[in-house]
Amino acid sequence: MASDETPRDSLVRDVTTPETSVHSLDVAPSQVILEGDSGMTASARGQWATVLRRFLRSPQAMIGVTVFLVMLIISYVYGLFNPNAYSAISATINSGPSASHWFGTNTIGQDILAQVLKGTLQDVQIALLVAVMAVVIGTIVGALAGFYGGKVDNLLMRFVDLILVIPVLVVLILLAHVVAQKADNWFWLAVIIGSLSWTYIARLVRADFLSLRERDFVEASRALGASDFRIITRHMIPNAIGPIIVNATITIAGAIVLEATLSYLGLGIQPPGISLGLLIEQGQNSATTQWWLFVFPAAFLLLLILSVFFIGDGLQNALDPKKNRVRA
Amino acid sequence: MFTYIIRRLIIGLGVLFLATILVFILVAESGNPLALLEANPLEPKSTILIRSLVLHLNDPLWQRYWIWLSHAVRGDFGLSVNNIEVGHQLQIHLMVTLRMVILATVFSIFLAISVGLIAALRHGKPTDKVVTVTNFVFLAAPVFVVGLMLKVFVAVPIDQHFHRVILATDGEQNPLATGSFFQRLPDYASHTLLPTITLILATYASWAIYQRSTILDVMDSDYVRFARAKGISPSRVLIRHILRNALIPVTTVIALDFAGILGGAVITEIVFGWNGLGRWFLDGVNNLDVNVTLAYLLFTAVIVILFNLFADILYGILDPRIRYGK
Repeated sequence: MASDETPRDSLVRDVTTPETSVHSLDVAPSQVILEGDSGMTASARGQWATVLRRFLRSPQAMIGVTVFLVMLIISYVYGLFNPNAYSAISATINSGPSASHWFGTNTIGQDILAQVLKGTLQDVQIALLVAVMAVVIGTIVGALAGFYGGKVDNLLMRFVDLILVIPVLVVLILLAHVVAQKADNWFWLAVIIGSLSWTYIARLVRADFLSLRERDFVEASRALGASDFRIITRHMIPNAIGPIIVNATITIAGAIVLEATLSYLGLGIQPPGISLGLLIEQGQNSATTQWWLFVFPAAFLLLLILSVFFIGDGLQNALDPKKNRVRA
Repeated sequence: MFTYIIRRLIIGLGVLFLATILVFILVAESGNPLALLEANPLEPKSTILIRSLVLHLNDPLWQRYWIWLSHAVRGDFGLSVNNIEVGHQLQIHLMVTLRMVILATVFSIFLAISVGLIAALRHGKPTDKVVTVTNFVFLAAPVFVVGLMLKVFVAVPIDQHFHRVILATDGEQNPLATGSFFQRLPDYASHTLLPTITLILATYASWAIYQRSTILDVMDSDYVRFARAKGISPSRVLIRHILRNALIPVTTVIALDFAGILGGAVITEIVFGWNGLGRWFLDGVNNLDVNVTLAYLLFTAVIVILFNLFADILYGILDPRIRYGK
């Protein structure tokens, strides 16, 4: 590979398939025709097509995507057809898994399956909002700090120091205690988790921008008279998008863990709301005799987090295959 | 190096100062800590008045903060809402938490390094895959789920099988136990085992994953290939060349992760009913207790700052190529 190539250039290229050579990155060429030696024509895959292909070929990532989507769709569809099933009280109380109640019922006869599915949906809802917040705030702050440097950069790094110094959980416990009594508690919960989750993406984008702003194509667009806004949004962010996406998935997994932990401590989702962490908290004391109250929410929580982790790992490998490659 | 340490400490102090202000405002503004007392019709008005005077509840916010700060720098963290000296409480609860944290940290380090090493040496083989998936599961699992699982599926069946408490699941020690330290050792062990394992499982995974990839990176380097080409024995290459270099980045990651261990300890304490720092802090938050919350925050933050600094210094010592400028 040519020596003037930057890491970003080389990492989006599939090392094993030589036909996928794509040059300019800020304009993704989708229809480049390469003339082969034998006169055959082959169309080169674009950068994202390569990434997508690599992602689809990773069994681990596909398992993650399948599990995540299946859980999400089932939860959503079930809630659509049985909107009140999670709070409905039946005559069968404290019963184990049976044909009519697959996951059993609790002490007041509520169906655990309906509650678990509702909780899953709630967790994903919070996690997605957190991820959106983290990506938006993190990208904006990181981009400004990396692009302009100086005071903005300094301020950001001090704030990151602040977050690093105090264990996130401690701040979250404090904040969650304040918002625990609010109506629409899940929204505020997502907001406070989101407001503490963006620093990692910000640091990442900042680091990327520090190197990107020295690149020739940025220089070129500046010479052509492009505004700062245009350079950042059209040229630099598209080049930093890979790590942002990977870390968005990590943020989702982290948000699910944080929300579940807060709910377990009694500071997250408040009854009559439902989340998996809350269900685990309610089920823990009778876990030895009524295992279904604890096992099913815990299993769903674990599956949910693991599937998101696998998706993130698959994305990471698809975007940066060199990281996991080792020469013998 | 010396000026670097000084500069880092000054920045740390600044950040600490800012953090205490933010937390102070947050806790002090979130409600009246004596509300429960005031709701009790049998409580004489004079008691409430005295308590609120002792806690300076009627002073303006900035004045209360100044009172706290000027006392805290002299090592006096004031009284809790329950009228107990906060500094003393901190010490007692810290001793409980440290049992778990120190043991868990030491064992996590050993576990992470050995698991990472095994996975790296068996790279691509079934062992590696099993180990990596296991690491992922423990990385993904929230601390309280791991703790509850151990409690429900390990401790309870064992205790039921032997018809006596072998693995205690509630509390850090039997409050009725008497005798010398050595006579009480079995009781300590029974109470400490599961919480420590929980914290280890919650901590080691990310280190092991990191350790595996650093070892793979080092194994891939030219100097290792050269050492092999020279004909050095594989075990010597592993110890002198691979491990020596691969352990450097992990030391920093471990030191930087200390905030995470303290956070994990809070949850583990709740799951296993330990009367440690985490429980104390949570009660402080629920009581809207400014002094307790700030003391806990200050303590953890100072530890984290010192560990971060320690990590940097250690990195400079272990890797002579690192130089700290200015």
